[in-house]
Amino acid sequence: MSKVLIIAEHDGANLNGSTARAVTCAQGIGADSVDVAVFASDGSAVAGQVAALSGVSTVLQIDNAANEQAVAAILAPQVQALASDYSHVLVPSTTFGKDLAPRVAALLGVPQISDIMRVESATVFDRPIYAGNAVTTVEAPAGIVVGTVRTASFSAADAGGSATVEKREVSAELPSHTRFVKLETSGGGDRPDLQAAAKVVSGGRGVGSEENFKVIYDFADKLGAGVGASRAAVDAGFIPNDHQVGQTGKIIAPELYIAFGISGAIQHLAGIKDAGTIVAVNKDPDAPIFEVADFGLVADLFEVIPELEKALG
Amino acid sequence: MKILVGVKRVVDYNVRIQVNPDGSGVATNGVKMSMNPFDEIAVEEALRLKEAGKAEEVIAVTIGPKASQEQLRTALAMGADRAIHVETDEEIQPLTGARILKALTDKESPKIVMLGKQAIDDDNNQTAQMLAALSNWPQATFASKVEVEGDVANVTREVDAGLETLAVDLPAVISADLRLNEPRYVKLPDIMKAKRKPIETVTLADLAVEQAAAVKVLKTSAPAQREAGIKVESVDELVAALKEKGLI
Ligand SMILES: Cc1cc2nc3c(=O)[nH]c(=O)nc-3n(C[C@H](O)[C@H](O)[C@H](O)COP(=O)(O)OP(=O)(O)OC[C@H]3O[C@@H](n4cnc5c(N)ncnc54)[C@H](O)[C@@H]3O)c2cc1C
Repeated sequence: MSKVLIIAEHDGANLNGSTARAVTCAQGIGADSVDVAVFASDGSAVAGQVAALSGVSTVLQIDNAANEQAVAAILAPQVQALASDYSHVLVPSTTFGKDLAPRVAALLGVPQISDIMRVESATVFDRPIYAGNAVTTVEAPAGIVVGTVRTASFSAADAGGSATVEKREVSAELPSHTRFVKLETSGGGDRPDLQAAAKVVSGGRGVGSEENFKVIYDFADKLGAGVGASRAAVDAGFIPNDHQVGQTGKIIAPELYIAFGISGAIQHLAGIKDAGTIVAVNKDPDAPIFEVADFGLVADLFEVIPELEKALG
Repeated sequence: MKILVGVKRVVDYNVRIQVNPDGSGVATNGVKMSMNPFDEIAVEEALRLKEAGKAEEVIAVTIGPKASQEQLRTALAMGADRAIHVETDEEIQPLTGARILKALTDKESPKIVMLGKQAIDDDNNQTAQMLAALSNWPQATFASKVEVEGDVANVTREVDAGLETLAVDLPAVISADLRLNEPRYVKLPDIMKAKRKPIETVTLADLAVEQAAAVKVLKTSAPAQREAGIKVESVDELVAALKEKGLI
């Protein structure tokens, strides 16, 4: 009998879309119940959003001033306190989940399974290794299964649920050794979130400069697309880090991915394997990105983008 | 203050790995091995803290077979003062790795344990967090900037929403992300000098560490391949193709 506990990711006001994908993963386990815990200072709004996801049994709302920010060292002992009622603890494999889940697993004395991409049974899962160039099928040992869910591998659970929300007090000793100072966001404006966007336009080192990236942003806006980047573009300071796509950046699965001036290193490709259609524009006919692109165009991106904009009207 | 820094021997990041056809794993025979790139960044950061007068000693640690000493030699050539080799031919998973590092931190009492955020072979991204949990220490993962002032480190972290800063009381575990620094190149005289630096070899038994329950690998397979696409000759052709698929 499986009982799954998912830890919701949110920013205090809005539920992050990754949580709904973790719910779908949990349903694949064939669980008898899927509960979702919301840790916040006041989690009412977020708990309401979770309750509306279909497939959620109960929403546990754990309000505590200490939970104002998601600090792994503070959340982990609280998750540990809840975990004894469950067979599985799942967290999305975002920076939030990757930070938290191993800490929870170690407190529980169990291993952790990273980046679950397929559920074979309640204890057997597929996960990528070597930047997605191999897939291992692994079996968790006896005990609570703690895992992170590779969100690009699962669709989001539908709306239309009406789970009950239960306020919970959790007694756990919370450390004072870790303090949140600040969060600087790059402020993507109205642009769709990279991880949820149906279309993503990405730029690499070939874009050349921060100023030139405006071409990428403008074209993305025209398509209603999110904006991504290669590591080289982020390292060079063309664009903030939260746009990086790849093994160490975001793993995304848009319907359409357009790469401008990106060579296609394996670490970059690791982030776009699940994209529906990949388009690559690159001056170099031998660029490895063409090996995975559904449509490749050997050309200068600065000539192509104006033409594309014209063709789109 | 001491800094303990973890170093793992992995298949070099430039190698196109091959999955064994019998599903037994990834071919590593005759393949170029290197220090995990994130660990190189961790070593570099530890050295910079030492050079800035924030630390006195940098100790590099590896867990793995005999050959892992090569990576320790690299860390020593970069500038680490000494090294510890926890020798084992068994596969060590993150929870056991964290127990080993815990045993070493109990012995060495470092103020900072600096690790790479993930190893590029198993891509687990767990060991730093697990070590911090076992020690009840703070963790500052995915670090892109580390500032040490007295007994506190202010660490900027690369998170999905942008850049987060945490203040952590030392001792703490910090895991390095790619933009923390650019590791130095090792020069030949440094390699020669490193040969004289000490490497202490210990076993799991010496440290009284027991293997944790492990995740069992049932099989390893090649990932689903994307079907090869086509090259289009012009923007018009591209637009037509995307329109046909209903994507624009
Ligand atoms: C441990 C590790 C993790 C990594 N993680 C990531 C990751 O998560 N994401 C990631 O992206 N990378 C990652 N990398 C880096 C990766 O290996 C590559 O270095 C990086 O992806 C290269 O970025 P790029 O394609 O923009 O740059 P380059 O490889 O320099 O390619 C630039 C391309 O632009 C083309 N070009 C130039 N000018 C034009 C023009 N005017 N028009 C059209 N094309 C043009 C060139 O032909 C070239 O192909 C990682 C590396 C390591 C070691």
